[in-house]
Amino acid sequence: MRVKDCNSTMKMNTIGTKKVVFSKAVDNYLIGIDKAYRFTTRFFIEAFKKPFHFREVINQCFEVGLRSLALITVTGFIIGVVFTKQSRPSLEDFGATSWLPSLMGIALVKALGPLVTALICAGKVGSSIGAELGSMKVTEQIDAMEVSAINPYKYLVVTRVMATTITIPLLALYCSFIALYGSYTNVHAEESTGITLFYQSAFKSLSFLDLFTSLTKTIVFGFTIGIIGCYKGFNATQGTRGVGKAANQAVVLAMFLVFLEEIVIVQIANWIRYF
Amino acid sequence: METPKLEHLTNSNESVISITGLFKSFGELHVLKGIDLTVFKGENVAVLGKSGSGKSVLIKIIAGLLKPDQGEVIVLGKHIDKLQGRELDELRLRIGFSFQSSALYDSMSVYQNLAFPLTMNFKHLGSKEIKNAVMEALDAVGLPDKTDQMPSDLSGGQRKRIGVARTLILKPEIMLYDEPTSGLDPVTSSEINELINNVQKRYKTSSVIITHDLTCAKSTGNRTAMLLDGRFLKIGKFEEVFNTQDEQVKRFFSYNFIQ
Ligand SMILES: Nc1ncnc2c1ncn2[C@@H]1O[C@H](COP(=O)(O)OP(=O)(O)OP(=O)(O)O)[C@@H](O)[C@H]1O
Ligand SMILES: [Mg+2]
Repeated sequence: MRVKDCNSTMKMNTIGTKKVVFSKAVDNYLIGIDKAYRFTTRFFIEAFKKPFHFREVINQCFEVGLRSLALITVTGFIIGVVFTKQSRPSLEDFGATSWLPSLMGIALVKALGPLVTALICAGKVGSSIGAELGSMKVTEQIDAMEVSAINPYKYLVVTRVMATTITIPLLALYCSFIALYGSYTNVHAEESTGITLFYQSAFKSLSFLDLFTSLTKTIVFGFTIGIIGCYKGFNATQGTRGVGKAANQAVVLAMFLVFLEEIVIVQIANWIRYF
Repeated sequence: METPKLEHLTNSNESVISITGLFKSFGELHVLKGIDLTVFKGENVAVLGKSGSGKSVLIKIIAGLLKPDQGEVIVLGKHIDKLQGRELDELRLRIGFSFQSSALYDSMSVYQNLAFPLTMNFKHLGSKEIKNAVMEALDAVGLPDKTDQMPSDLSGGQRKRIGVARTLILKPEIMLYDEPTSGLDPVTSSEINELINNVQKRYKTSSVIITHDLTCAKSTGNRTAMLLDGRFLKIGKFEEVFNTQDEQVKRFFSYNFIQ
């Protein structure tokens, strides 16, 4: 209703075709924001209402995990190795290579692990959710659920968003460990540091706030990737082209929001630290 | 509004769907412009109209998937556009919808497709009861041996039948068919027409059959309605509609109709 009101006032205020076109674009933009906002808030209403589809949430968790595990393993390991190799010369100049484990702890657990995981999942999971729900939308499967008195938002969206929100933090944790392991292989080769000592000094450099920030961040990333994929899929317009578009837009928008959230959350964490 | 004598068709004059003054537009596109329609208990109404005339929009409004801009839509005694939550779900369980694209869940086997609406709505049902219901519905559409196949392995006609079976499993009082014969060959089409008539007899349903296939309208509809320009130009027996002296209606009927 709100949107309709703002629609009509905008139309009345404009004279001339260019302005009308512009105001239409603004209109559509505002309607889009309103729609996305409602789609997101609906999650918090529906997630706590019966019935709960626990089994479907678990299925989706496996889907998310299995879909991205291999890629995260390889990427995580390589990032650990490469980052250590790249940082070594600079630290050597100061004779500070013993700091490598702590430095890697900070870089990989605080920043790279969560971010890389989120980006990989935005690509693999976000696009597949967008495409799956998009094709269900254009082939009327979502309508079919609705007419047989099954709430498609609950069955499809709530389960998937819960799955990404639970699984992506776990994947990020896993990614950080693998990346640290990659880093360890390099450190071990050069300085023969033991694995326990390596992980100990890596985590000693991290405060509780650091770990808490990383966790919060990955939960937010997980939620974002899930809800964006579902939103784009649910609003796919007619035809198979719409499905591809939904998948594509889901990835682009999710990645953009992940970067934006990263900046905001890190900034907030820094404020908290100085208080 | 025309209300022809129906005693010879049905044994009741009780209306199950009653639409008055229905308007619906999408932005600047005015699709439905004043629809009036009454469907009586036990009768099949075929709705004819050309592509893009708003036939699908009409039955989506009847099923509560789209909201009307204006007008009254009463289904089984309730204003479906004003219902929400539980009440809407309860009403929807009494309405079956066969989609233009069949809309089978393509991640599930045929058996799972049929069992899904049951398991989601009636948690207390045991697996044996579900199996019996699934087999009965598959039997009603004449495909009892397809339980384990995936929708992608079925032909278009088989998909349509499974789609009908999936709605029959909830024992609906009203069936809405969106283009049941579109994209099918004449033999399969006539099998589907037979199926629609069998469903009417076996399940005592009232139906709205959306189609642009004249044979389908003629053989399944007790009455036929002609949708033109967002309005019903004529509602009556097929022959009455067929003989209407309107240019556009004539053009519609003249295409490829041998009889
Ligand atoms: N959700 C929607 N949003 C915007 N426009 C729509 C929507 N649904 C339908 N329309 C438009 O309404 C008009 C009627 O569509 P509808 O699907 O009812 O046609 P139809 O009579 O079923 O045609 P066909 O025989 O091809 O299925 C079309 O022009 C379509 O573009
Ligand atoms: Mg249609």
